[in-house]
Amino acid sequence: MSTATTRRLRRPILSALAIAGVSVLALSACSAGGDEAGVTSFTFTKNAENTTTEPVLDALIDGECKAANDAAPLEVNSIPQAEIDAQMQLLASQDGLPVMFSAGGNPAEGAKLAEAGALVDFDAKLTELGVRDKISEGAVSTIEKLYGGGFDFLPFQYNIEGVFYNKALFAENGWEVPTTWTELTDLAAEVQAAGKTPFAASGEQGWPLTRLVSGYLFRSLGADALEKVADGSAKLTDPEYVAAAQAIADLGTAGYFGANVTSLDYDAATNEFLTGNAAMIYMGSWLLGNINGDGNQIGADNVGFFPFPAVEGGAGSIDDYPANVGLPATFAAKTADDPNVEAWLTCIANGYGNAALEQGQITGFVADADVDLPEISQTIADTIGSSTSSVLWFEALFNAEASQISSTNAALLVTGQLSPEEFMTMVQDALDK
Amino acid sequence: MRSVLADRKTILILLGPALLVYTLIMLVPVLVSFGLTFFDGTALFGFDFVGFANYLQLFTDDQVWAALLFTLKYALLTTVLQVVLGYGLALIYLFLLKRSSVFIRTLVFFPVILPTVAVGILYSKLFQSAPVDGLANELLVNVGLGGVDWLGAGDTAFVVIVVMDVWRSIGFYGVLVFSGLLDIPEDIIESARIDGARGFSLFRHIVLPQTLPILFASFIFSINGTVKVFDSVFALTSGGPGSSTTPLTLYMYRTAFQFGDYGYGSTIALLLTIICLIITLFIFRSSRSDNTR
Repeated sequence: MSTATTRRLRRPILSALAIAGVSVLALSACSAGGDEAGVTSFTFTKNAENTTTEPVLDALIDGECKAANDAAPLEVNSIPQAEIDAQMQLLASQDGLPVMFSAGGNPAEGAKLAEAGALVDFDAKLTELGVRDKISEGAVSTIEKLYGGGFDFLPFQYNIEGVFYNKALFAENGWEVPTTWTELTDLAAEVQAAGKTPFAASGEQGWPLTRLVSGYLFRSLGADALEKVADGSAKLTDPEYVAAAQAIADLGTAGYFGANVTSLDYDAATNEFLTGNAAMIYMGSWLLGNINGDGNQIGADNVGFFPFPAVEGGAGSIDDYPANVGLPATFAAKTADDPNVEAWLTCIANGYGNAALEQGQITGFVADADVDLPEISQTIADTIGSSTSSVLWFEALFNAEASQISSTNAALLVTGQLSPEEFMTMVQDALDK
Repeated sequence: MRSVLADRKTILILLGPALLVYTLIMLVPVLVSFGLTFFDGTALFGFDFVGFANYLQLFTDDQVWAALLFTLKYALLTTVLQVVLGYGLALIYLFLLKRSSVFIRTLVFFPVILPTVAVGILYSKLFQSAPVDGLANELLVNVGLGGVDWLGAGDTAFVVIVVMDVWRSIGFYGVLVFSGLLDIPEDIIESARIDGARGFSLFRHIVLPQTLPILFASFIFSINGTVKVFDSVFALTSGGPGSSTTPLTLYMYRTAFQFGDYGYGSTIALLLTIICLIITLFIFRSSRSDNTR
């Protein structure tokens, strides 16, 4: 009985081994075939939070990029923004990057990809394709400042930041646009006395609050305040840096962010401003989408924009607008020389600026179409056009950990659960790792 | 049958595939992860051997100890509440509701089958404080108390997480203990009643000793789940505000997969493994001594 069992079972073992062997061969054949076939689909991995890039690409598919899309159809995948840096680094180490992908929230992490040679040098590539002049120089210089000196990312957005305010509310109460920090805090007190929230800000997101810290730093210490932290010649725990955190914490102590700021999410904060409950909101020009959208109850004509005010006796200039390229996207070096990818890159460079502008977005691509913009959008576009120098934002040069600690603890800073010293020490400790 | 199972090759064939799969998907990653604890670096630029540097960092990292404290505090409180309240529910099912308990049991069990993320969103709305108050704050305000920013401070956020997880799993423990209660022979309870046992004394001397094994199993289930808490915290608070509700699992995930520090992340994972191992050994030891009694 036992001998018979053994004999009968020997063949299934052989079959199983054979199947396993064939499977391994089949799998390895698959991966090899994929490489040799060239790029047959234009894969784009974006952060799930990004809702602006895909509609523009869809518009391009119907126009400028039709031929490119027929040769290699666009295939979009989304992953959460917080995971995109680590995920792309892992894929780069396995030689498996998608053709195009968004950067995560930490430029320092994106710069690592460039350093490892995983990204396209757009300066050379766009020149080779004859479309280098389709990217605005201001956007290129911001990218170079952010991503370790190279032009390795494409500016699918180009934003400046400042304070959006409710013009009607200001006019009604006779409030003037503040130009100094003292004027801003005095104004906030008046707004609060009038029964409105001075500033709408999302403590749940955190970064809308740390943007104020960096705004104060750029005005008090100068445009290079955070570059000094990045290169180690200054520390966030230095008294002049802690003073900036103190100034923003004081706004919170005075109740200028409204009640329960810690729990307020991004959409809710935006709505506080757009429904007229809050007089001001510090935000990037990506807010134009909401301002010009249907949810704006105060009306797009009633929204004004002013730069972060000067700090008395400070070294910085009020004309230095914080600028960023949103979450830009880049191309993997490995697939960039494929003709299908080159076709896509060429048509994006040629058409993205205009297609985005038609959807109300301002990008770092040159847009020459004659589009009639709402007043506030025109103001922002003019400000971008006339600004000569720009600064970054608080976390721009931080590593992933410091960036996360900074944004998750910002609400605790303005609610007094963390002192300015403790907050700056936590972030500096993460930077020192 | 015996001759089949006594044959070595048969044993090998029966166990082999399962063992192979287990080795490939469990043991190999565990060993690789253990190996990574001695390295520093990223997937992009490769790894450098750093000896025990990650372990030294573990002992000096305040955040690890804060996360560990949160994990233990959460695990202990949630386990006790889950099992004790589940036990109470089971007693209500059996002695109060009796045969009509089916409907209530179904209702109480319902949250168990809901996805954690859905429950997280539900609770974040219930305990919302901005821009408008959620149900919890509405109730407080209506009885004359002020609203609380529940998820805006560590202590209150901890309370919400515990309440949510107890609500989410209490039905499961209710049914688990209820099945144990059903196993108590009717005549034992009957004869105890004839002997004059009523209410608490019936529970203390008859019901409790009879249900000890199932109570014990409930504790094992519960502590195993709560020490490894991740999804409910991630869905409700993402570890915030700040890092005040960050358990070890979430800190490990952030370190490895968001900060790209696989070496240190693996070291935190090892700490978690050791804690789980200690708890498991502790439970098995006490269970063995129980059985020999």
